[in-house]
Amino acid sequence: MELYKLGIKEAQDLIAKGEVTSTDLVKAVADRYRAKNGEIGAYLTFDEEAALKLAAANPTAVPVAIKDLINVAGQPCTCASKILKGYVSPYDATVVRNLKANGFIPCGRVNMDEFAMGSSTENSGLGVTRNPYDLTRVPGGSSGGSAAAVGGDLCLAALGTDTGGSIRQPASFCNCVGVKPSYGRVSRFGVTAFASSLDQVGPMTKTVEDAAILLKALAGHDEMDGTTPDEPVPDYAAELPRATLKGLKVGLPKEYFNVAGLDPEVKRITDAAVAACAAAGAEITEVSLPHTEYAMAVYYIIAPAEASANLARFDGVRYGHRSAAAKDVYSLYVKSRAEGFGPEVKRRIIMGTYVLSSGYYDAYYGRAQKVRTLITRDFDAAFGQVDVLLTPCAPTPAFRLGELQDPLTMYLNDLFTIPSALAGVCAASVPAGFTRAGLPVGVQFIGGAFREATLLKACKAFEDCVGTRDTLHKTEETK
Amino acid sequence: MKIDVGYVAELARLELTDEERAVFQPQLENIVKYVEKISEVDVSGVEPMMHGRALVNAFREDTVRPSMDRDAALANAPARVGEEFLLPKIVEGAES
Repeated sequence: MELYKLGIKEAQDLIAKGEVTSTDLVKAVADRYRAKNGEIGAYLTFDEEAALKLAAANPTAVPVAIKDLINVAGQPCTCASKILKGYVSPYDATVVRNLKANGFIPCGRVNMDEFAMGSSTENSGLGVTRNPYDLTRVPGGSSGGSAAAVGGDLCLAALGTDTGGSIRQPASFCNCVGVKPSYGRVSRFGVTAFASSLDQVGPMTKTVEDAAILLKALAGHDEMDGTTPDEPVPDYAAELPRATLKGLKVGLPKEYFNVAGLDPEVKRITDAAVAACAAAGAEITEVSLPHTEYAMAVYYIIAPAEASANLARFDGVRYGHRSAAAKDVYSLYVKSRAEGFGPEVKRRIIMGTYVLSSGYYDAYYGRAQKVRTLITRDFDAAFGQVDVLLTPCAPTPAFRLGELQDPLTMYLNDLFTIPSALAGVCAASVPAGFTRAGLPVGVQFIGGAFREATLLKACKAFEDCVGTRDTLHKTEETK
Repeated sequence: MKIDVGYVAELARLELTDEERAVFQPQLENIVKYVEKISEVDVSGVEPMMHGRALVNAFREDTVRPSMDRDAALANAPARVGEEFLLPKIVEGAES
């Protein structure tokens, strides 16, 4: 049996039957890493010895690949940045502690856009990741390594992070399920901050059920992250057998469907997804999220502003790269940062510093926060009418490496994922079909804040209806 | 409004090469022009949203607990002396 092909639930079932152990799973993933990582580049580092040690101590645990901005004690944590080359985490992030306490172990560190800034993983300062479905194309980003590892069966499941779409867009590009939990559902303690009012950690998996199992393990209150309310975490997977599209109120936000730049094949697959839901008995309603057109602008003020503050900590003093050319403290700061950060990170730091600078704050950051309130009200109003929203996830399928050179054009990839991130609601990308060229495309379901149970049930019912990533891919191959 | 990339980079403690400045200047002007779209929105009477969701203060007991081991905390330091981070001198004219 090819154990690396398993998902979480399948692995747990085999473990429960006594047929495999955690050690078998880690060895299978390690073999697959040696065979395939050279071509796909999903992992930055893979410490087999450390994973085997954890597996020996937890023989029923399932290995999970970790995005390289989540701290695992004793492992590198570089955020795919040269500025953190050589950094070794002194402690476990809360999500990693939660994994270990709930039947999982961290196994390997996957690539990403530097500090999670990007939509293609091309901004990684440490390596190239390719789309497992077409090696000339990007895996998406910023959680591109996570998506490529899941999509290419280089792991059983992975953790990603999503600030404006960084779990969902790569999941769509690589035929995975990716869930961005509601803001506050999952602790960020030990997760390197990009934009603190937006960042969330979430599961990237092969099935919706796996995402439900993994999210349950991650979620909950953490006294080390004050944004996590003490709200009970439902047993998401236990509710899935009751999932049905029949009678489910599905809203289609009209602003997401008539957009310039929406690829015709993505439109075709999304329309087919809507038709499948309708045929299975869902009540389809058109809704309006009137401030959608401002979301990108709001995001590209708020996210860089917060990033410029968060990344001030990389100054060459306490950890990370220190310039050898530094003569005094000022040159130590400016040179260490200049040598350590890549171009996209520099652009966003400059943009963020600009919108926060004296005289511009009210016009940009202050105003953006108010428009964000309006965007959030749009979602609250929509969820008064419907259970979930269904939209395209990314405007195009995976594009070619090097194809998008202009930063603003790259930003437009997150058109459909940014508004829900700003509103703090939960959302997921689920595999929905393939383009004629054989590229996977996901659709996005969006749920209300802390309504992950409803969201996951809708995703599961959709998956039952159109097929899992494996059946979708097999159908595609026999065409 | 026009962004002065060189000046803002200095505020952000980033040294740019002439080449980077030349590349970033038009790119950032474009991004700034794009985000100015929000000036169209009527926001009178709208409260700013500071967080992903409205939150109340999160308090916990202020109890003394062990913190990270000093050597572990210093292990990633680019330079250290004993129990301290080592830096170039900060105060002008002081003995180093």
